[in-house]
Amino acid sequence: MDQLIQLLIAGLATGAIYALAAIGFTLVWQTSQTINFAQGEFVMLPAILALAARDLLHLPFWVALIVATAAFLALFGFGFKRFLVDPMLKHGVLPLAIATMALSILMKEGAKDGYSAQAAQFPSMVPEGVVSIVGAAVSLRDIAVFVVAVAAIVALQLFVDRTRLGRTMQATAQNPTVARILGIRVERMILLTFLINAALAALASYLISPIYLAKFSNGEFIGLSAFIAAIVGGFNQVRGALAGGFVVGLVDNLAAAYVSSGYRTAVPLALLVVFILFKPEGLLGRREERTV
Amino acid sequence: MKAFFAAVLLGTATFVVPASAEDTVKLVDVVELSGAGATAGTNWRNGIDLAVAEINAKGGIFGKKIEIVHYDTQTNPGNTRAAVQRAIDEGTYVVLGPVFSGPIGASMQIAQKAGVPQFVGGEAASLTKQGNPYLFRSSLNQADAMPKLANWFRDELKTKSVAVVWVNNDFGKGGRDSMIPELQKRGIAVAADIATESGQADFAADAIKVKNSGADAVFVYLNEEESARFLRAAKQQGIDKPLVGETTLLGAKVIELAGDAANGVKGHVGLSVDAPIAGFKSFSDAFQAKYAYKSDHNGIKGYTSVWAIKTATEKNGSFDREALMKTMHGIRISPKDVPGILIETKWNDVGDVDRESFLAEVKDGKQVITKILPMIAP
Repeated sequence: MDQLIQLLIAGLATGAIYALAAIGFTLVWQTSQTINFAQGEFVMLPAILALAARDLLHLPFWVALIVATAAFLALFGFGFKRFLVDPMLKHGVLPLAIATMALSILMKEGAKDGYSAQAAQFPSMVPEGVVSIVGAAVSLRDIAVFVVAVAAIVALQLFVDRTRLGRTMQATAQNPTVARILGIRVERMILLTFLINAALAALASYLISPIYLAKFSNGEFIGLSAFIAAIVGGFNQVRGALAGGFVVGLVDNLAAAYVSSGYRTAVPLALLVVFILFKPEGLLGRREERTV
Repeated sequence: MKAFFAAVLLGTATFVVPASAEDTVKLVDVVELSGAGATAGTNWRNGIDLAVAEINAKGGIFGKKIEIVHYDTQTNPGNTRAAVQRAIDEGTYVVLGPVFSGPIGASMQIAQKAGVPQFVGGEAASLTKQGNPYLFRSSLNQADAMPKLANWFRDELKTKSVAVVWVNNDFGKGGRDSMIPELQKRGIAVAADIATESGQADFAADAIKVKNSGADAVFVYLNEEESARFLRAAKQQGIDKPLVGETTLLGAKVIELAGDAANGVKGHVGLSVDAPIAGFKSFSDAFQAKYAYKSDHNGIKGYTSVWAIKTATEKNGSFDREALMKTMHGIRISPKDVPGILIETKWNDVGDVDRESFLAEVKDGKQVITKILPMIAP
């Protein structure tokens, strides 16, 4: 029983990070109707940028973190939209999807050549230690990661649902033409969406890198896990990404413990196939939007 | 006029053409510079480069400078095979690398078929059981290291049960298959037998399984980055049993990546810059000065491989690959004669290496040698 509780909490912590990354898929889907295949690299890069700023510019870590976040928001929030999505979207969603694949390779190789091919230690921003929950010794870091990630997602959901700006963002996502007629500055709303995606990816990067170590190749499995989470949860709903993240995190950890590490990636993929076949809108997705 | 231009071109070419191939001997290093083996491969490459620079500064081998070329295999067996073939096509005198046992196993027949000696960093027991006379290790065979460690579990740690965590590749499976019978022979139960994947990032589930296995100690046999991730996960999950490993777990890079989580780790190390051996100290200082970080055992392996090649070649008196292969079998090199070999080393008739090894512990972020173990067959 102790083992199960520990696995569930570790799975929820991992899942919360997957959810942060999965939200990126839903945000880009809602605004551009395409899939950002570089989303995993979006989670990999901020930690590498922070380490590069610390090591190459000799900045204190917290300053490096701020510099890296600002640079990442500028490059992969604003820059991603302005220089990749906007020009490519005119040619259809498929060229854009392919362009994000190219971007993913560019980011990965850039991180490898520009910083290091080796893994690097990334300082933890959450406390370490062990606490007892229902008699089971549970990692404090798992709990902290879970709380921080969920707090960020809940804050985003509240922002989207309860604020005027959030509702205009929603309106833009649902029908940009009508939103424009109503006087909403659609371009600005789309930019805001991309900046939020970049900010969440940076948060995921800073939470996951102390555990997995910062490495150029981290985006591969994070991107795949987040993609599965987005499909399982519902590609068109932020809360769907949250649910999908938890499901994938739990399945991932339970499969590693009770099946084998070798099949830990295969089990979530099997889950993906099941959802595509029997519930294509995902756990919390809207059916009508998926059939468009 | 044409004759004038021809003369000018010829004259210019004479000045701009680099030193001819006659003045150099080419060594190609086929190594993991990215992918899961990047840490091991980078240290190996840097050790080689350091040795090459030192040898070239002293006039090379028979007056020929070593021309070293590194090809990144990306820790991919297919790429490794292609790179070994390319090295042979380019006329390399010897193939250096790779470091990971899987890619070595996948590529060693190519060098063997071409009659080119290959110096590798792999530890998997199976490598030198295949009757390849051209293959030479630079590290101890894991089958030789495990009995030493199993004795330590029984005699020093007084362990009754051990959880074994291993990486599911040739290196890890070879270590696991060598270790478990040794433990069982000594009456030590295997409380958990946990396979992990190469390149695995999340070790929370594995650490939780270890924690709940009831083992007295944990034997961790993973590659460098995975070792660090496991140690961090073990700390995160509050594992308080001794964590014991073989060479990689106590490596400098693992200690750097794992941070505090590496403190208290114990084990057997085949090579260590922290060992109280004069040669290691001078190597470590030179490596640190050149690369601004501390070498792990892979740096020593790369470095000593080049010095072994130089020594055996000079003993033969020519750059004859067949003669090099024959001379390497049974050669014994002392640091008194060849300081670059760092420690008394010999190669047996199947290409396994033998030297003193060490028991060590990580204290305050540093590897501390606690005991020197003798050569297997001094």
